[in-house]
Amino acid sequence: MFRNLGEMLVLFGAVARALPRLWRERWKVSEQLFDIGNASLFMACVLSLFIGGVLSLQSGPVLVENGIGTALGQLVAIAMCKELAPVMMSILIAGRVGSAMTAELGSMRVYQEIDALRTLAIHPIHYLVLPRVVAIGVAVPCLVVFSNLVGWLGGAIVAAHNDRIAVPWATFFMGLRQGVDLSDVVNGLIKSFFFAICIGVICCHQGLTTRGGPRGIGRSVTKAVVNSLVVILILDYVLTRLLLPFDSAFGH
Amino acid sequence: MTAPSSNHGLPVSVRGLRKAFDGRVVLHPLDLDIEAGEIFVIMGPSGSGKSVFLRHLIGLEEPDAGEIRVAGEKLVPDAADPRHRLAMVFQSGGLLNSLTVEENVGLYLTEHRLKPPAEIAAIVSKTLGLVQLGPADAAKYPDELSGGMRKRAAIARALVVEPELVLFDEPTSELDPLVALTIGREIVNLNRRTGATVVVVTHDRDLAFGIADRLAFLAEGKILALGTAAELRASPVPLLQQFLAAEFK
Ligand SMILES: Nc1ncnc2c1ncn2[C@@H]1O[C@H](COP(=O)(O)OP(=O)(O)OP(=O)(O)O)[C@@H](O)[C@H]1O
Ligand SMILES: [Mg+2]
Repeated sequence: MFRNLGEMLVLFGAVARALPRLWRERWKVSEQLFDIGNASLFMACVLSLFIGGVLSLQSGPVLVENGIGTALGQLVAIAMCKELAPVMMSILIAGRVGSAMTAELGSMRVYQEIDALRTLAIHPIHYLVLPRVVAIGVAVPCLVVFSNLVGWLGGAIVAAHNDRIAVPWATFFMGLRQGVDLSDVVNGLIKSFFFAICIGVICCHQGLTTRGGPRGIGRSVTKAVVNSLVVILILDYVLTRLLLPFDSAFGH
Repeated sequence: MTAPSSNHGLPVSVRGLRKAFDGRVVLHPLDLDIEAGEIFVIMGPSGSGKSVFLRHLIGLEEPDAGEIRVAGEKLVPDAADPRHRLAMVFQSGGLLNSLTVEENVGLYLTEHRLKPPAEIAAIVSKTLGLVQLGPADAAKYPDELSGGMRKRAAIARALVVEPELVLFDEPTSELDPLVALTIGREIVNLNRRTGATVVVVTHDRDLAFGIADRLAFLAEGKILALGTAAELRASPVPLLQQFLAAEFK
């Protein structure tokens, strides 16, 4: 457990040191970005629409009963951009993209492809890990922006069309405009960036240390996804706590 | 990447090399000198540690004890930027399954930006020609090739490096006798043309005696015999004599 953690830190260090080579590997990064987008955009859209909707559905009736239906937009938007979009998008990427990365690197490891790269003096970290970690680090925050927009839309649709809530479209977005700062969105983006780097490093590390044929690959994938989820949720609390002093609501 | 431009073979010296996996000793302390520019063949029964030994020579395994010097310099394991051009053909080929044959063969040149793309394409198709793979094969993925074709593609990938030391692990094990013959000739050609040091691991006695300048017989992690073809044939080691005499009657 602690050995893994140490190895992951070493891997992260190696990736950070390889960053100056990023321009050389730009095509590999864009290839990865394309794959990630392909694998996750549609899912992200559906997921966010429903998350926004259910937020409205759960909190809308309570707010309306208490006569503060105008706050619904703000509530949905804050919940979405500060918490749900970053966490849900990271979970989605861990399951959809991280697992595939572990499987790919794991099979390269098991079938001696990584050894072959090394005999060609091609560093596996430069060639394989760097583009993947960078691509995830770029993709997840972008997905979070997208998810925010779709989630807000989902919340507004439910708010307007559910009879027990019936907060009109304009009121919803008015509340949203007044209640949400740019800093709230940025807060979520910062969190999602850290989640993304963790997913990338955990999944690549797990792939590179795979042993034991096809079954070993399966084990690695499961471990990579589970570890990513645990780390995301723990890190979520820690980062939220650390970012609290910069929170707009905190100053008011 | 600063690869020396002159072509010459590299000498290898192995001193006290020992390796155990999970407590089971695979290589007993082992000393060996491979001279610059020679074709050195290692023969031996299956499981005797030949592949493990070869992996040490290119820095894929770290010895438990002892050291390996290539051209007098200690080999750094996991080197990303070696001072010498080394290449290895794996027993299983070791091609990257997500790249086409062409991309695999050109990988060394493209990744290290050694040549412009047009020139790389020319070198790749010429090298594939040497191992008798045509343009139709070049566009395929490794899992669409036969075992022997994969092996030949792997050999092409090693040739492209223009190595100063090249290691072959069972280069002819999946090839029909005629292709095995061409591969054997190509290994000799490579050695004559570039002066590269060549280390070949093989069970194929014809290949071994046909191309070797010197041979070693490795069994149970120890070198039991070492010398020229004639010296090995005359060696009194019983296991080696059995190995050489084994025939279907
Ligand atoms: N990574 C490893 N972990 C544990 N044991 C290993 C490992 N690699 C090789 N071995 C063991 O080392 C011994 C020698 O293996 P090696 O692959 O060198 O044999 P070989 O001489 O190449 O045989 P063959 O001619 O069949 O290819 C075998 O018993 C093998 O089980
Ligand atoms: Mg072997």
